[in-house]
Amino acid sequence: MLTDEFDPMQGKMLSILDKDGNVNKGLEPKMSNAMLLQAYKTMVLARIADDKAVRLQRQGRLGAYPPSRGQEASQIGPALALQKGDWLVWAFREMGALLLRGVPLWRLYLYWMGNEEGSAYEGEVNITPSAVPVGSQIPHASGIAYAMKYRKESKVVLCYFGDGATSEGDFHEGLNFAGTMRTPAVFLCQNNQYAISLPRKLQTASPTLAQKACAYGFKGILVDGNDVLALFAATKEAADRARKGEGPTLIESFTYRMGDHTTSDDATRYRLAEETAYWTARDPITRFRTYMEHSGLWDDKKEREWAEEASRLVEEEVKKAENHAPPTLDDAFVHTYGSMPEDLKEQLEFMRTDLPPRKEG
Amino acid sequence: MAAMNMVQAINLALREEMERDPSVVCLGEDVGVDGGVFRVTEGLFQKFGKERVIDTPLAESSIIGTAIGMAMNGMRPVAEIQFLGFIYPAYQQLVSHAARMRNRTRGKITLPMVVRVPYGGGVKALEHHSESTEAVFCHIPGLKVVVPSTPLEAKGLLTAAIRDPDPVMFLEPTRSYRLLKEEVAEGEYVLPLGKARKVREGKDVTIVGWGAMMPIIQKAVEALEKEGISPEVLDVRTLAPLDHASIIASVKRTGRCVVVHEAPRSCGLGAEISARVMERALLSLQAPVERVTAPDITVPLPKGEHYYYVSPERVINGVKRTMSF
Repeated sequence: MLTDEFDPMQGKMLSILDKDGNVNKGLEPKMSNAMLLQAYKTMVLARIADDKAVRLQRQGRLGAYPPSRGQEASQIGPALALQKGDWLVWAFREMGALLLRGVPLWRLYLYWMGNEEGSAYEGEVNITPSAVPVGSQIPHASGIAYAMKYRKESKVVLCYFGDGATSEGDFHEGLNFAGTMRTPAVFLCQNNQYAISLPRKLQTASPTLAQKACAYGFKGILVDGNDVLALFAATKEAADRARKGEGPTLIESFTYRMGDHTTSDDATRYRLAEETAYWTARDPITRFRTYMEHSGLWDDKKEREWAEEASRLVEEEVKKAENHAPPTLDDAFVHTYGSMPEDLKEQLEFMRTDLPPRKEG
Repeated sequence: MAAMNMVQAINLALREEMERDPSVVCLGEDVGVDGGVFRVTEGLFQKFGKERVIDTPLAESSIIGTAIGMAMNGMRPVAEIQFLGFIYPAYQQLVSHAARMRNRTRGKITLPMVVRVPYGGGVKALEHHSESTEAVFCHIPGLKVVVPSTPLEAKGLLTAAIRDPDPVMFLEPTRSYRLLKEEVAEGEYVLPLGKARKVREGKDVTIVGWGAMMPIIQKAVEALEKEGISPEVLDVRTLAPLDHASIIASVKRTGRCVVVHEAPRSCGLGAEISARVMERALLSLQAPVERVTAPDITVPLPKGEHYYYVSPERVINGVKRTMSF
């Protein structure tokens, strides 16, 4: 068991792919070529899509946006361990994970452009909408997992949150419930070292976040958050245990937010350039590319072709999002309740006559 | 038919809905083995087991937060918060998630869930056990707020709340839990949410109340009748969304309106009702809308509670003020 071998209480961190892309053969997870390719291509797509979102915000075409740069492995590695019917509960900096699970990019752009339709994921993707109030989604994951256990399903919930969330009451309450009820949940803490400006060491005196699992009576593991193989391996093991009824796991993904907290933030106010440079040398995509090339699955030509295709796809998705119809007045009202109360109907009719005419655009 | 108090009627509604639908579960502090501190869930643990009558850790935000997760994933949880005064750690879950999940996902994720909470004072309870802060929930679009006033009402309204597709706060007046018994039938009995109940017809003044205020209003009405005043009484039952139409229709007939609530005066539901009456029935009014409420002070401990709680005498005073305006 990786969780036994890499005990966070002893300060150990699971790492399989080092910063230069060398693999620890003894720990290399079994992954099909198709899965490796999917992982790599989604990471590259997520990077391009993320950069595009930041540019769109700067151009006034998208609202405030939380960049993912540097956290692609941390987002996509764990989600690779999910199967059909599993649930994904996210915070707000997990675009890569949602792309991997089949949410179309245009919908994610649409959300950040300010349209609720962006959270109306089609089909049975089993993904909650973003949860901006920090940590508040964690009890939801525990409840979703409870329902799985109640129906005796062999399913799991993967719940993402950040290092800041571990200070929130809902982190404690959600993990405590999951531990007590032994629900099939995998808690994935993306420790990107900062909660806006607050560095990780001021967030808690606990030497690691992973060790907090100990207090809830389940396993925790600290994982190199820029190592997609390690994140997959740790999450797969946790998910397998959860499916067998062996309860939850807390995974701390030790990563770094290379960009600002959101496009409204300026990280240079609280971070040193040397630190960012240190992490740039540990980029999750670069090292995975080296691994893929060594495995014979990737080369310069494929890289060029995929970068072009992904960029084209991103442009198409931007267009789709920008061409999406804006919400109507009815849209803003009809989803408040399953059926609209009489009084709300009256308010809707009143607004039809009372709102000033609006110029499009 | 059996004569039941409100505790027994709520218990019956829970039992019947749990029998009818395996996705209905109860969760909360002490709801299982102990049967709830007010014994509302008594016997359910023994009948349905620990998976369906869940003794949770002592954590309000996770009781409502996990109920949200359960509701997202195909269940119909009925969460209990032990007293309304303890619900505030879970307020974020109610406001930021429960109330708006349907809207945020454009109907893709909905939350059929009930949060049962004993509320209100008058039972000589400890500090923080006497709150009547219904208005802080009524203010939130997407939440429904229901308050029963009698055992039979409690059964019909709770059954409707459990079957409702949206989150419902079901506030149970502790003072009325064992106040009276009435005939409550076993089997299907569902009352509509969002509809007020006309308790009695009258021609001089409309008295609007809910929950624990209804027996107090009843006493006031008996005294007023002896003085030749004929009040019409409405039990609004659902505080959000409120049945304004029934209130307006009644006030248009009587020309006077007295709203009675246990909560403090400012920004209480009485203010909303008063505003609506002004908007829709101004020319029918023969007097300003009168509010009989608690003052804007912290609920006193039992030795001073008489300074706070609404009594039949204060309702009578309110009605007479509108009659003599």
